[in-house]
Amino acid sequence: MRRFAALFAALDGTTGTAAKVAALADYFRTAPEPDRVWTVALLSGRRPKRAVAAARLREWAAEAAGLPRWLVEEAYPVVGDLAETIALILPPPSRATDRSLSDWMAWLAGLAPRDEAARKAAILEAWDGLDATGRFLFNKLLTGGFRMGVSRGLMTRALAEATGRAETDIAAALTGAWDPATTRFADLVAGAGAGPGADARPYPFFLAYPLEDPPERLGDPAHWHAEWKWDGIRGQLVARGGTVALWSRGDELVTDRFPELAALGNALPPGTAIDGEVLAWAGHGPLPFAALQTRIGRKTVSRKLLAEAPALLMAYDLLEAGGEDLRAAPFALRRARLAALVAGLPPGLPLRLSPELPFADWGALAAARAQARATGAEGLMLKRRASAYGVGRRRGDWWKWKVEPFTVDAVMVYAQAGHGRRATLFTDYTFALRDGDALVPFAKAYSGLTDAEFREISAWVRAHTLERFGPVRRVVPELVFEIGFEGVQPSPRHKAGLALRFPRMLRWRRDKPAAEIGTLAELRALLAAQAG
Amino acid sequence: MRAPLLSPDAAGLACPEGGFHVDPWRPVPRAVITHAHADHARGGSDAYLCTPGTAAMLRQRLGTVQVQEAGWGEPVALGAVTVSFHPAGHVPGSAQLRVARAGEVWVVSGDYKTAPDGLSEAFEPVACDTFVSECTFGLPVFRWPDQGAELARIRDWWAGCAAAGVVPVLGAYSLGKAQRLIAGLAGAGPIAAHPAVEGASAALRAAGYPVPDTLPAAPPLPPGALVIAPPAALAGGWAGRFGPASTAFASGWMAIRGLRRRRGAERGFVLSDHADWPGLNAAIRATGAARVLLTHGTTAAFARYLAEGGLEAGALATAYAGESLDEAGA
Ligand SMILES: [Zn+2]
Ligand SMILES: [Zn+2]
Repeated sequence: MRRFAALFAALDGTTGTAAKVAALADYFRTAPEPDRVWTVALLSGRRPKRAVAAARLREWAAEAAGLPRWLVEEAYPVVGDLAETIALILPPPSRATDRSLSDWMAWLAGLAPRDEAARKAAILEAWDGLDATGRFLFNKLLTGGFRMGVSRGLMTRALAEATGRAETDIAAALTGAWDPATTRFADLVAGAGAGPGADARPYPFFLAYPLEDPPERLGDPAHWHAEWKWDGIRGQLVARGGTVALWSRGDELVTDRFPELAALGNALPPGTAIDGEVLAWAGHGPLPFAALQTRIGRKTVSRKLLAEAPALLMAYDLLEAGGEDLRAAPFALRRARLAALVAGLPPGLPLRLSPELPFADWGALAAARAQARATGAEGLMLKRRASAYGVGRRRGDWWKWKVEPFTVDAVMVYAQAGHGRRATLFTDYTFALRDGDALVPFAKAYSGLTDAEFREISAWVRAHTLERFGPVRRVVPELVFEIGFEGVQPSPRHKAGLALRFPRMLRWRRDKPAAEIGTLAELRALLAAQAG
Repeated sequence: MRAPLLSPDAAGLACPEGGFHVDPWRPVPRAVITHAHADHARGGSDAYLCTPGTAAMLRQRLGTVQVQEAGWGEPVALGAVTVSFHPAGHVPGSAQLRVARAGEVWVVSGDYKTAPDGLSEAFEPVACDTFVSECTFGLPVFRWPDQGAELARIRDWWAGCAAAGVVPVLGAYSLGKAQRLIAGLAGAGPIAAHPAVEGASAALRAAGYPVPDTLPAAPPLPPGALVIAPPAALAGGWAGRFGPASTAFASGWMAIRGLRRRRGAERGFVLSDHADWPGLNAAIRATGAARVLLTHGTTAAFARYLAEGGLEAGALATAYAGESLDEAGA
């Protein structure tokens, strides 16, 4: 793993994008063949399955280090990362093992079927042969959570540099469900990585930037197409050469979870790729996101579930027709061909054209946006009529203009140290609302404040701790925050009986005393209104 | 039972029988100072007692104050007790304070480090009944690499920066850590020091410590120069004056990846002026103390660990820094 560890050290030791790309490109040029493929897999989020539960690892590491388990638990929040905590507490190695990355991956794959005693012995032996960095990387592979501060875009750029191929070709080649254990590097970058759905590989998704400036800045409204921003799962339905595949944005093949959409694919002419939003849909509108969630979790879909949360593809764009790649064509043309395709299909299929929202001026569009929630959408999408279908998130041609979030003022009741970069600041908070005389916790949030605010609040937390439960501190209920969220859903698991969608801190309300926070009744009313 | 020899009051760690406070955080009639770091040596007290090395720094920081100096191991009678200073190995001149009354000895560690750093007087364990120990790094995740190996990593980074035409700027606490680096890196190339660092260096040179001379950190720097500055200067964008720079910190906290990344530095070098986990445990055992009172850091957890090992251990509430992991200068 020495070569991989050196790459990690190079990436970790610089904050500059150019230096990161250079280190990666060098690695992709010179590292051993199977290691390169595994590195691409790890950096594009194809994580190995967790071979051992985190709790077992902590236990075994504590034992190997001769430390009480509780002390390891105390150290963990200070470090903020389990793989690193374990690497730091283990006694120095007694031997030096040098296995390549791909050997380690094969070793890991062999671990899963063995019983716990055998896994423990194997892991203790592995730890004893690795240095601190080696252990850290090994633990990362073991716990299945690999991030090296490299975005997919950066990796794509480095691969393009190393292989002399175009970035867009590389991005396309990496999509789909290729298996790093059986794919050769040359095949992978050439787009010939085999795998389920390989013939029906998706195009890289084009993503919109949030609109922050007033829309007037976009210029002439006539150049822009507006439609709802639906709140479902972005997906690509590809029908090619007798194969139908439904892909989610993370290149996950989800065809089996949505059999009704697979059936739709069979009705499409061969050589078709539609970009759209998978929604749970009943009658004239989308069901709340919670309904769709019941479909995502299941590998096998019961008839009951199919009836309760039927899926539909809300079509946004046509990327391929008759086997021809349309992405370079203007959006207006792709959209016209999509409309014609949808109109020509037999009735009753779970496919709709996402309706265009015509608008004469930006003021009218703002008025339409205000209606988004009533329609079951989370805002608007603005697409330049002349735009090509790009790769990744780019500014300029596609914008998402979300509705203003719901808000409620709540008081902080628990604080916990953050992870990674925020390991010593209290950044993860639990908030409560009033319910009669009681304060009922209802949401957690860990983003939305500045570093300076986090520092100030961390000092406050240290001075106002009432109780400590491991890394969690119960604090004096005094600090009030405005919490933004996108919706409410019922949740019997939570004490409040409900859960927020995308809660985050909008601001610290230094001006507001805890006596003036919101009530749980407000959220219950919102829930009732959404359901009705 | 007699009252404890030392116990915290509003002003600091008080010794009523001796009529003094150790490292008080509020002005008192008589302050006994372990070392010159700002959280241990504050101004405003009527009289100070410390080692000659600490006295030099104290005069530099606090101006003309009434300072009595006592050499290593020299007994000083204060009220009904006798005190003496013993090397703590934390920074040049830093001391542990031994406090004795009939039949009982306490030692206050101040801040300490057990491995020699080449500049500070090396730590010496002092036998006692009660040891007031700091535990800034009192968790088993903190194990320092060998100083020589870390200095070699710094030289590699420095050479890499010189080759790439960027200025290496190393953040290090201006008293102690910076001079340890200057001494350890001397001869590898020109070193330029921030004014705060040079102020401390000059005071230490005057007190007889062999701190090599450095250049002022002002552009234009000679080619291949390394800049050493306090962490706060780096956070404040001071390094911008040198053009393209690569920043790094030297601190025990750099052992933790997340902390290094949060500081936004490209490199972190694990070089601490405090004892690591093995060092703390060894130092505590070496005193033979049956009772250990802890300051700085994760005191509750460390006290529990020591108690499980058979010692009487507890946390002492103090106002010393080091509680905040947010400062990379510890
Ligand atoms: Zn100190
Ligand atoms: Zn201190």
